[in-house]
Amino acid sequence: MAYDKFNILKSTCVPLPIENIDTDQIIPARFLKATERKGFGENLFRDWRYNMDDSPKKDFVLNNEKFKGQILVGGKNFGSGSSREHAAWAIYDYGFRCVISSFFADIFRNNCLNIGVLPVQLSTEFLDKIFKAVYNDPKIELIVNLTEQKVLIPKLKLSEFFDINSYKKENMLNGYDDIDYLMNIKEDILEFSKNTPL
Amino acid sequence: MSKTLFDKVWDSHVVHKIKDGPDVLFIDRHMVHEVTSPVAFLGLKNRGLKVLFPEKTFATADHNTPTINQHLPVKDLLSANQLKALEKNSKEHGISYWGLGHEKNGIVHVVGPEYGITQPGATIVCGDSHTSTHGAFGAIAFGIGTSEVEMVLSTQCIMQPKPKKMRINIEGTLNSGVTPKDVALFIISKLTTSGATGYFIEYSGSVFSEMSMEGRMTVCNLSIEMGARGGMIAPDDKTFDYIKGREFTPKNGSWEKAMKYWSNLKTDKNAVFDKEINFDGNKIHPMITFGTNPGMGINISKEIPYADNQNDGIETFKKSLKYMDFSEGESMLGKNIDFVFLGSCTNGRIEDFREFTRIVKGKKKAPNVTAWLVPGSHKVEKAIKEEGLLKILNEAGFELREPGCSACLAMNDDKIPAGKYAVSTSNRNFEGRQGPGSRTLLASPLVAAAAAITGKITDPRTLQ
Repeated sequence: MAYDKFNILKSTCVPLPIENIDTDQIIPARFLKATERKGFGENLFRDWRYNMDDSPKKDFVLNNEKFKGQILVGGKNFGSGSSREHAAWAIYDYGFRCVISSFFADIFRNNCLNIGVLPVQLSTEFLDKIFKAVYNDPKIELIVNLTEQKVLIPKLKLSEFFDINSYKKENMLNGYDDIDYLMNIKEDILEFSKNTPL
Repeated sequence: MSKTLFDKVWDSHVVHKIKDGPDVLFIDRHMVHEVTSPVAFLGLKNRGLKVLFPEKTFATADHNTPTINQHLPVKDLLSANQLKALEKNSKEHGISYWGLGHEKNGIVHVVGPEYGITQPGATIVCGDSHTSTHGAFGAIAFGIGTSEVEMVLSTQCIMQPKPKKMRINIEGTLNSGVTPKDVALFIISKLTTSGATGYFIEYSGSVFSEMSMEGRMTVCNLSIEMGARGGMIAPDDKTFDYIKGREFTPKNGSWEKAMKYWSNLKTDKNAVFDKEINFDGNKIHPMITFGTNPGMGINISKEIPYADNQNDGIETFKKSLKYMDFSEGESMLGKNIDFVFLGSCTNGRIEDFREFTRIVKGKKKAPNVTAWLVPGSHKVEKAIKEEGLLKILNEAGFELREPGCSACLAMNDDKIPAGKYAVSTSNRNFEGRQGPGSRTLLASPLVAAAAAITGKITDPRTLQ
């Protein structure tokens, strides 16, 4: 099933400089009961965003009018914990198309790539520069250029290269997904299955 | 060329290699549960696809199921709807479904090994990060997202870059009162929750070869908490004895054939790992966590460390202590607790109930403690009764609930109230994991039992 193509994203960003943000924070388990992929954005960071009485927590960044944008910038080891793809869905559904961090948990990174959210891993130094820049000027824009594998802060003339394997890059640029690929080699898979040891 | 155990299993399952991309890996066993599968089945429907190998796919209900009155209709409508969806999808695609009330029902990572679905040298996936549990049998087992569940349902393959390899070797003998859970919490406290990200772990050394299959499952289960995709232990006689004769294990001639494959499943002498780590088993003590990730664990008789000694950000560390309402330098022993949870795919097996019962035998549950004892499966529940453990537990003031994931992730009604402290044998102490505002202290079944008796954090060795 194709998803949105991703090439160049120019946007302001939302800073969340906390390490080890786990998927239970991104979307708590009690919101995983849907049988369709709908409405998860409402509960993104639910318990950091709302009090028990559902009133917004004023000090949380998603409740701060100053910070908006399609890029979420998080601290080291973003997305650790549960394999729930709902975390990536919530991020997408809220309106983010890219998550930047200095380190991602494995399964979360895959989940993002599989639904068309680009996880971008940058150096700790560059991540700190982004945090400083956005706190200094919440309207500052970042450019995420997938073709060139670069994140730029044009106003400050800063940029950094990021890594992504060429297969996943092609998928993101064209909006392909893995099932499209696998269905094309179905005969090979069936042949392979005849000789598996178990 | 010398190969590691991981290489042997991985390489024998690669259907296709993509240059500068992932491998196409064939999956032998796919386990499915109600929470991460409905959108995947919906995806199949939208593409007009069927499950390619229903006989390699196994469905069970566990994440949101109630642990009392399972014979009654599920009250929570959303949970009931998810359970119904799994039942319907399983039926439609010819997948065996062990739903609520089925005698084989239980937590996916408990029932897989119990019925011999889990086998050495297999590739096993499930839309759940604790799929790493099955690595205890020398399988490559790891958690996947829902898009990947859809991939495996439709093509029995997954696309993954081959992870790097890490070996964690622990020699020596474990001290009394030190369980596999303590070994795992000890490793995570040293490695941090991201220390093994990008790696697949092989556990080796006398501590693991001496360990029971249940214990190995506990350790492999927690591999994900150090960031690893999974962890595995080379199969040995203990492994083969455990699986022999179980419902889904090969029989007669097929067993001999399988043994031929399995007996080669060990790391070659000169095989190279990307990273090797050694610990001394004698230096591990009963552990407990004090913070909001599983890496924030300490020897139970030590004090909470100071923020400025931490690798991770000081602010994040302080935020975590604030959530727990703990202070740097405080002793963990003697702190009051409110709840005890024994169960989950980490510690919900029969051995865990034996250990817990050993401590509480002849004593009484502290009146201020609410204890939830949740077996990992009906099979475990049955063994608890047959071995006479239930009687001892009842006499000590404990009751047994029905199987499920329960308070580990609190998707059902088993929620720890806000602000309350729970000594939990589960796997995650994240903020709100066991209910909004709940405070989790991860520990072994022994530490949980000691806390249930005294109402405080207690070194179980002082009660034996």
